Amino acid sequence: MKLLRHRLVWAVAALVTLIVVNTISRPTFLSITLQDGELYGSLIDILRNSAPLMLVALGMTVVIATRGIDLSVGAIMAVSGAVALTVIEASPTPDNLGVVLVAIAVAALVSLVLGAWNGLLVAVLGIQPIIATLVLMLAGRGIALLITGGFITTINSEPYQFISQGYVLGLPFAFLVSIAAIVVVALIERRTALGMLTEAVGINPEASRLAGVRSRGIVWGAYIASGLLAGIAGILYSSNIMAADANAAGLYIELDAILAVVLGGTSLAGGKFSLAGTVVGVFTIQTLKSTITFLGVPPAVSPVFLAAVVVIVVLVQSPRTRSALARLTRRRTPAGGARIDPEAAS
Amino acid sequence: MTDTPVALGARPSLRERADRFRARRASWIPVSAAVGILVVMFAVGQAYFGNFLTPRVLSSLLLDNAYLIVLAVGMTFVILTGGIDLSVGSVMAFTGILCARMLSEGAPTGVVIPLVIVLGALMGLATGVLVQVFEVQPFIASLAAMFAARGLAFVVSLSSIKLEDPFVLALQSTRLAGGGWYLTPTGIIAIATVVIAALVLHFTRFGRTVYAVGGSEQSARLMGLATARTKVLAYVISGTCAGIAGVLFTAYSGAGYPLNGIGTELDTIAAVVIGGTLLTGGTGYVLGSMIGVFVYGTIKVLISFLGAEQSWTRITIGALLLVFVVVQRVIVARSSRS
Amino acid sequence: MTSDDAVDPVTEAPVVEITGATVRFAGTLALDHVDFRVHAGEVHSLMGENGAGKSTLIRALTGARPLDEGVIRIHGKVARFARPRDAQRAGIAAVYQEIDLLPNLSVAENVLLGREPRRFGAIDWPRMRREAGAVLAGLGIDIDPASALGSHSVAVQQLVAIARAISREVSVLVLDEPTSSLDLEEVAELFRVIRELKDRGVAIVFISHFLDQVYEICDRITVLRNGSLVGEFRTEELLRIDLVQKMLGRGAEQLVERPRPEVDAEPRRAVLRARGLASRRLRPTDVVIGEGEVLGLAGLLGSGRTALARLLSGVDRPAHGRLELDAREVRLGDPRRATRLGVVYSSENRRSEGIIDQLSVAANITLALQAQRGAWRPLRKARRDELVASWIEALDIRPRRPELPVGVLSGGNQQKVLLARLLALAPRVIVLDEPTRGIDVGAKVELQNLVSGLADNGMSVVFVSGELEEVVRVSDQIAILRDGAVVDVVPGSQVTVDTLLAVVGQPDEG
Repeated sequence: MKLLRHRLVWAVAALVTLIVVNTISRPTFLSITLQDGELYGSLIDILRNSAPLMLVALGMTVVIATRGIDLSVGAIMAVSGAVALTVIEASPTPDNLGVVLVAIAVAALVSLVLGAWNGLLVAVLGIQPIIATLVLMLAGRGIALLITGGFITTINSEPYQFISQGYVLGLPFAFLVSIAAIVVVALIERRTALGMLTEAVGINPEASRLAGVRSRGIVWGAYIASGLLAGIAGILYSSNIMAADANAAGLYIELDAILAVVLGGTSLAGGKFSLAGTVVGVFTIQTLKSTITFLGVPPAVSPVFLAAVVVIVVLVQSPRTRSALARLTRRRTPAGGARIDPEAAS
Repeated sequence: MTDTPVALGARPSLRERADRFRARRASWIPVSAAVGILVVMFAVGQAYFGNFLTPRVLSSLLLDNAYLIVLAVGMTFVILTGGIDLSVGSVMAFTGILCARMLSEGAPTGVVIPLVIVLGALMGLATGVLVQVFEVQPFIASLAAMFAARGLAFVVSLSSIKLEDPFVLALQSTRLAGGGWYLTPTGIIAIATVVIAALVLHFTRFGRTVYAVGGSEQSARLMGLATARTKVLAYVISGTCAGIAGVLFTAYSGAGYPLNGIGTELDTIAAVVIGGTLLTGGTGYVLGSMIGVFVYGTIKVLISFLGAEQSWTRITIGALLLVFVVVQRVIVARSSRS
Repeated sequence: MTSDDAVDPVTEAPVVEITGATVRFAGTLALDHVDFRVHAGEVHSLMGENGAGKSTLIRALTGARPLDEGVIRIHGKVARFARPRDAQRAGIAAVYQEIDLLPNLSVAENVLLGREPRRFGAIDWPRMRREAGAVLAGLGIDIDPASALGSHSVAVQQLVAIARAISREVSVLVLDEPTSSLDLEEVAELFRVIRELKDRGVAIVFISHFLDQVYEICDRITVLRNGSLVGEFRTEELLRIDLVQKMLGRGAEQLVERPRPEVDAEPRRAVLRARGLASRRLRPTDVVIGEGEVLGLAGLLGSGRTALARLLSGVDRPAHGRLELDAREVRLGDPRRATRLGVVYSSENRRSEGIIDQLSVAANITLALQAQRGAWRPLRKARRDELVASWIEALDIRPRRPELPVGVLSGGNQQKVLLARLLALAPRVIVLDEPTRGIDVGAKVELQNLVSGLADNGMSVVFVSGELEEVVRVSDQIAILRDGAVVDVVPGSQVTVDTLLAVVGQPDEG
């Protein structure tokens, strides 16, 4: 009973179900082959392809914890990819590692500035997060198009391609990037007091203010982090297709990311957040997409399945469904346990 | 206590009349700001290009944006209640492609068009029920509808379907012309939508309840108004408008395409906000939303006149949105202080 | 419930008669067999401190929350109110302090929406304005019905709310704290309207914490305390001091008072000094708090006690005046800065401004300390656990489970958690606003002893409470507030609850 109440239980159950369904319908799903010291297989593909969403969803988790939302992540991805590729394209030696590193640094810096801009609107000017980030969501792709001069910039650069296609220690480099991001975000949030203070601001801004919490800085920082992570996701994405496509890069990724966060048990109302939940949520979504593709459904139709997942998740989390369920279980188990706040236990 | 309105003088002075005007019409200020921007853009365009303010350009402004006007009208209802509807672009794509597909397979026009509009309304109903009954945030509920409609559009067809139905094509090609001006049935439908919506919002209890819910849902409920029904109905109206827009856009582009309307929800929201509707709900007018769409359309035309890249459209809209939101924020802050 | 003051028999039947009203909230009795009645053409005041049961009774009367036990009779007939609409149909209307109107709509709509005049199904705007204008004019209010409600002052909005309430057939009008944000002239205007309605035979239930207003407008007073009926009285037969005494109650059991030196051997060193602090709710005030001293703030609800507490702790920005800590000026309006200087504040609103309910007890205790250290210097786990354990031990917070979300604790334990949060900062001045509100008697005494202990250890304490015994018991000095001003400062050792009552409940001179 206690296990059923754990906030991660639904997300993990969904992920396990998906994996079981996949394994039954295609036994090769779980098989991983070693080729030239590099791992291949469906699961490895999922791990690799989930990297951009993972980065974006981590940032989104922190923003949502502050009672906010960041709609501009997809646009920032587009800008970041455009910046990186433009830098490399302008260089006479695109295969030079130094050039690629500079391109990455510039792209990351630009994304950070864009995140700071969002944070300025929300934390300082007090504009609703949805609207504040909508501004950049609208304008961002236009900016990306301007950077690439209205074209889809394509490049040939070994080191840049390595980011999405390369292997290190037998694992895809992109996956290692997402692992690194998980570790860094988790360390910053959970090894410092930032996570606790973020949750305090998200749950009760006024009480936090009275306790002397620097809430403006915390909220601002969350948007900066989200911008930076989206920027790195944009680099991964553009490296995968070796092109800066301002219209397609990160399209709808903000929605996938929000979905991953909600699946992972973090409430959109802000407050307590679970990075582990978000990680599970991201893998669930990526596995779902892979399953849909495997089942022969055109990828374009996959939103229908995502919609179904969203509806199921929100219905499960809805207060009305919960109270109905609670009434049912209470009728069955008249001996009630300890009084537990349903919010805290969810 | 000289300026307490409790005891207004018998003969209003000029200043009192100005105050009275302001007290009655304050909510029109953002709309006039949008009109002002539109006028400035017209003037600048005319001064710069010389051939900007022509009947042809102005007529095409309505023609090119008819579907967006209809979407903005529906969105206005939802935003007035304090909600948001992200699904309008996808629903438009879905109903549009379904319309094209059914017509191409020989279904009668008189069945197809009402059917796709009803489907749009049903998608709105689903969103509204999620919001009202299951207390799902409007953002997430309409997000689900957005995904569903986009996927369904691809279920209907993965590629573009050319439209051959004479009636639907005539919606776009029929021109009531005179002196260089022209008007298409799509334009008439858009204008009619605005007029009907304006009348509903102003003259029916439902319309006033839409405003009441956006002002304070709790107060509206305590006043005995049907808040639940009104909120659901707002989403149904938005869905219906998206259905109509699907037909209009199909007529406009001469084909159904499942990728239509990507990002259109953002254009719609931007147009509504620029047209003076507060995103917190309770204040705004469909007429303003129409002006907002014209502002959007004029920016597009100006940019194409300039020969600049169309990517500037979104950037300009984003910047304009920012200005309006900041100004609204200042207005709200000032009114809450007084 | 019996009362020692007999009430004269009223021949006429009351419009509303509630008998044996009982409401339970989470195991506690919010209302305990309360009787209440109102007659036509009278203004009847419902009096009581926070938690006395006034709002619960009003909610039952207006159908917002059904009674668990008891009967409501309207004109002698038993009525069942499941929803607000049922009560409205029975002719009961209410106007609340937070005006439940729609500032974004016109005055006319706010008066008539829901029953607006229509023609051919469409709203008949000219008629609507005329009718609303007529209702307003009937109350002597001259405003433009077409103007937006939000463009008017709170006072006018209040009158519009009353206009809405009486625009339909209404026999009982409940006015819940209608005057709390009005100035004197606006109150006079409101009272003119109330008298007008009274003359029309409307029964009016008037709730206000301003005694002067109650005595000016009300014919009869019903007093509640801790969910029970104290009694019903004619206003002219009830002395103010008696009323205050009945509201605040006097514990029969005299608590042991804190041993204090009769007169300070030498004056204490001043730690915190307010010079002319003033805000919208507080007239310019000077107070001094000495080292190791408990300054009690005594006064009724709305007397400015909370406003002064918030100013003294530096969390609010004053309209005028300054605050000095050790003779150095403190910049006000920034809790973070005040906390740094060692001045900390605990709000009277435990839930909305105190606890972070979903976070653990441990996180709540360390929140302020951690905020002061900054996010990047986390307390080491061992140190943190030790700190939390020691506070749980020292304040006897139960259950002793630091990992539990603080929201599931009882009110008294939540309050202790908040106290631990502030004490962990080792402050010099601690301001406690109603720390004992809504907690049980045992926990109350514990907290009082704790406060005394803090002062004995040299901390300066500002202690705010609506319960006078408590203030008398713990305070070295007591600042008495009335109508937004400190009217007297007396040494705690030289007053009794009775002498305090006399000052708190005194009518304003002039």
